[in-house]
Amino acid sequence: MTDAMPASTPDAPQVTETPQVTEAPQVPDAPQVTFDQPLPSTGELGHTFDPVAADEYEETVTLRVWRGDAGGGDLVDYTLPANEGEVVLDVVHRIQATLAPDLACRWNCKAGKCGSCSSEINGKPRLMCMTRVDELPEGPITVTPMRAFPVLRDLVTDVSFNYEVAKRVPAFAPPPAPPEGYRMQQVDVERGQEFRKCIECFLCQDVCHVIRDHEENKEHYAGPRFFIRFAELEMHPLDTNDRRELVRQRMGLGLCNITKCCTEVCPEHIKITDNAIIPLKERAVDASYDPVAWLGRKILRRPKRSPEEATAASPR
Amino acid sequence: MTDYETHRYDVIVIGAGGAGLRAAVEAKERGLSTALVCKSLLGKAHTVMAEGGVAAAMGNVYPEDNWQVHFRDTMRGGKYLNHWRMAQLHAQEAPDRVFELEAWGALFDRTPDGRITQRDFGGHRYARLAHVGDRTGLELIRTLQQKAVSMDIDVFMECKILRLLQDASGVVSGAVGYWRPSGEIVVFEAKSVVLATGSIGRCYTYTSNSWESTGDGHAMAIWAGADVMEMECVQFHPTGMVWPLSVRGLLVTEGVRGDGGALKNSEDRRFMFDYIPEMFKAETAETEEEADGWYEDHLHHRRTPDLLPRDEVARAINTEVKAGRGSPHGGVYLDIATRRSAEFIRRRLPSMYHQFLELAGVDITVEPMEVGPTCHYMMGGVRVDPETQAATVPGLFAAGEVAGGMHGANRLGGNSLSDLLVFGRRAGTGAADFAEARTGVPSVDGGQVAAVVADATAPFERDGGESPYEVHQELQQTMQSLVGIIRTGPELEEAVVKLAELRERTAKLSVSGGRAYNPGWNLATDLPSLLTVSTAITQGALARKESRGAHTRDDFPSADPELGKVNFVQRQTGERGYAAPIDIGPEPLPEMPPELRTLLEEGH
Repeated sequence: MTDAMPASTPDAPQVTETPQVTEAPQVPDAPQVTFDQPLPSTGELGHTFDPVAADEYEETVTLRVWRGDAGGGDLVDYTLPANEGEVVLDVVHRIQATLAPDLACRWNCKAGKCGSCSSEINGKPRLMCMTRVDELPEGPITVTPMRAFPVLRDLVTDVSFNYEVAKRVPAFAPPPAPPEGYRMQQVDVERGQEFRKCIECFLCQDVCHVIRDHEENKEHYAGPRFFIRFAELEMHPLDTNDRRELVRQRMGLGLCNITKCCTEVCPEHIKITDNAIIPLKERAVDASYDPVAWLGRKILRRPKRSPEEATAASPR
Repeated sequence: MTDYETHRYDVIVIGAGGAGLRAAVEAKERGLSTALVCKSLLGKAHTVMAEGGVAAAMGNVYPEDNWQVHFRDTMRGGKYLNHWRMAQLHAQEAPDRVFELEAWGALFDRTPDGRITQRDFGGHRYARLAHVGDRTGLELIRTLQQKAVSMDIDVFMECKILRLLQDASGVVSGAVGYWRPSGEIVVFEAKSVVLATGSIGRCYTYTSNSWESTGDGHAMAIWAGADVMEMECVQFHPTGMVWPLSVRGLLVTEGVRGDGGALKNSEDRRFMFDYIPEMFKAETAETEEEADGWYEDHLHHRRTPDLLPRDEVARAINTEVKAGRGSPHGGVYLDIATRRSAEFIRRRLPSMYHQFLELAGVDITVEPMEVGPTCHYMMGGVRVDPETQAATVPGLFAAGEVAGGMHGANRLGGNSLSDLLVFGRRAGTGAADFAEARTGVPSVDGGQVAAVVADATAPFERDGGESPYEVHQELQQTMQSLVGIIRTGPELEEAVVKLAELRERTAKLSVSGGRAYNPGWNLATDLPSLLTVSTAITQGALARKESRGAHTRDDFPSADPELGKVNFVQRQTGERGYAAPIDIGPEPLPEMPPELRTLLEEGH
């Protein structure tokens, strides 16, 4: 055990290509946790791996993980033997099983379908289960919690903001079903289906600068995840509610300046900006300012619904 | 002295997958105060992993389909160990539950005339699965989640329940658990409790299940004195990925075979034609030509053997690999690349395509997948009344995977999403009825709470004990190698001894760190459930000295007609808890009415 793993150097290089990360709490010389040192938080876990001399491992992987809580924290390096084809979440699990059993991280399906293991890997919002170690640049891999949400512990953040916004979305409101059932065409349901691929990983919310850099905006800004929800309802062939004024006046649609960061990080490859936000903006604007639409409303006597009317059927 | 917060509800539902959500919606709709308690965030439960679809005899694609055919398929798939009444209710009510989802916002794929389209799946006579590409589970959970949110149901997220609480007469009156983010204790007082805790997959090394699937509901029911049954019936999905490592255990939906994919061995032979059992001979194609014709026209061709029920396919793969005709990494090949166009594959199986491309570097439109059996689903579970889903302990209900009876010895693909909806709703009704009829405020005994909390937090007090990860890993290896897909008496006996040892070691665990979001401690509190469930699976497997459905005994290779008439029921009669013994014995299956028996016999 004494001359086991090569410890990563104390003055590890800063991750220069990802300036966001440097703002996260960070110390220049992260404590080193490797096999040849006493383990920090457990008594006798060293025997989980057979003691193997360093040269018997062909390669190692080092994860630089942010550890701490609301009161602050540090980056800690963990070095392990590398396994072929692993994803970052596999390495986190091995760290839990051997070096740091209390390392907090959310995960469920490990298949990119539940959206639990969101974090920032080398500064970029990603799912840990969908990020292969061998696709990242050589050197330590920095894993930090999502920055737009308050840290609970280590890699786990308090994402309750998103669940609160969800309560403010007025529910789907179809007309009564005809006796033979609803009919919809495939081409019509496909528009909404794209948005319903959303796994609620909240990476789009994390990357969106409107809330990432301005905590105060959370009160009146629903964020990309919920703009696609509004777009989905707006484009649902059966929905009867009109939420355009609600999304314009109360959900902060206008604050989005379509930088497409959300689209870039979406693990489901939903074209959030092009297919949801921009059409939604057009519809919301048309509802307010388009003279033809205005005339149409006058003639058909179908006024647009105010935010209050749109939410009348919802609990909040 | 234990400090804790207390919440009072008419109905609490433990677990927020499809069954739990559907039950909570039903109880809330009845006007009762309802809480949903789940170990993860809302919307992350394992239901999201369901790919293929919801089985419901709507007859949108084949008007010949009806509930009778679905009932028959389900019973035959389950090798007649199913509770006939559950299979009947399921087949009859599934279509309404699907239409209901549509009215709540679900967007299913359509037929050319605008109705919900349906796809082929193993063991189903007609194309029967309503689906959304290959992400039907996500659609189902999101629809139910949005429905629950719109009804303002209280949700306790990331809250692990440790134990059910019972009043002096044994009636379930609540539950105790802890908040995972803080480690603080929380107590629920409730007039009725619905278990919807899902599966047990974490008992095995190779599993498609998430960390949550630790059998908490199965175990808590046993510890409350309720009956569980058919615990030996664990389904191994035939097509889990075996290579590359990054995707090991990940499921390849049966939809790949339903849409034309074929299983091949290392000799490029479609070996499933060699494994058609007597029971399915009449309706299964004998030649590749006939099998390939079936995809387009079911009425004039018999179905491909690639779509035999999951137990048959899993066993066939196992035999091929053992005979040396497997792939380099111990699986077989699943080939859709040479059989369908790239455009077709990307449209019909979008998540599969992306998942394999991104995670495994495998382009399924170009190369075959390497697949093998993976622990997938628990047919066994809490013994319930089919109409109300009431367990044998008053005040307790169970729905979804934690309940037993519906699927018999083997579940058909697509029948689990429909099971969640049909019996989730029924459990919600059952629990609401019970809560309404119950008089007085349920009493919770502070002493019970204190004892549970002391047990759960004991690993913090001990120094120098083992890590829970180590015990868990050994448990998984034990179950994988000794109580896996092919079982024998001596190996099962060995497992019994090993499990006893692991139970003792669990009582001496140590964990480090604090109680707030500590996965090591969380695992330590899951281990009692895992051990109880593993013990019940092993005991059931020992008792069932035959091969039936998903349960295969190498030393008893054929089905025993006498054992086909009984369920093996397990319960704790004396002491309770993971360290205490569980009794097991056979009990006769309920009598099927003659008109249903005729349905099975006439072959429809």
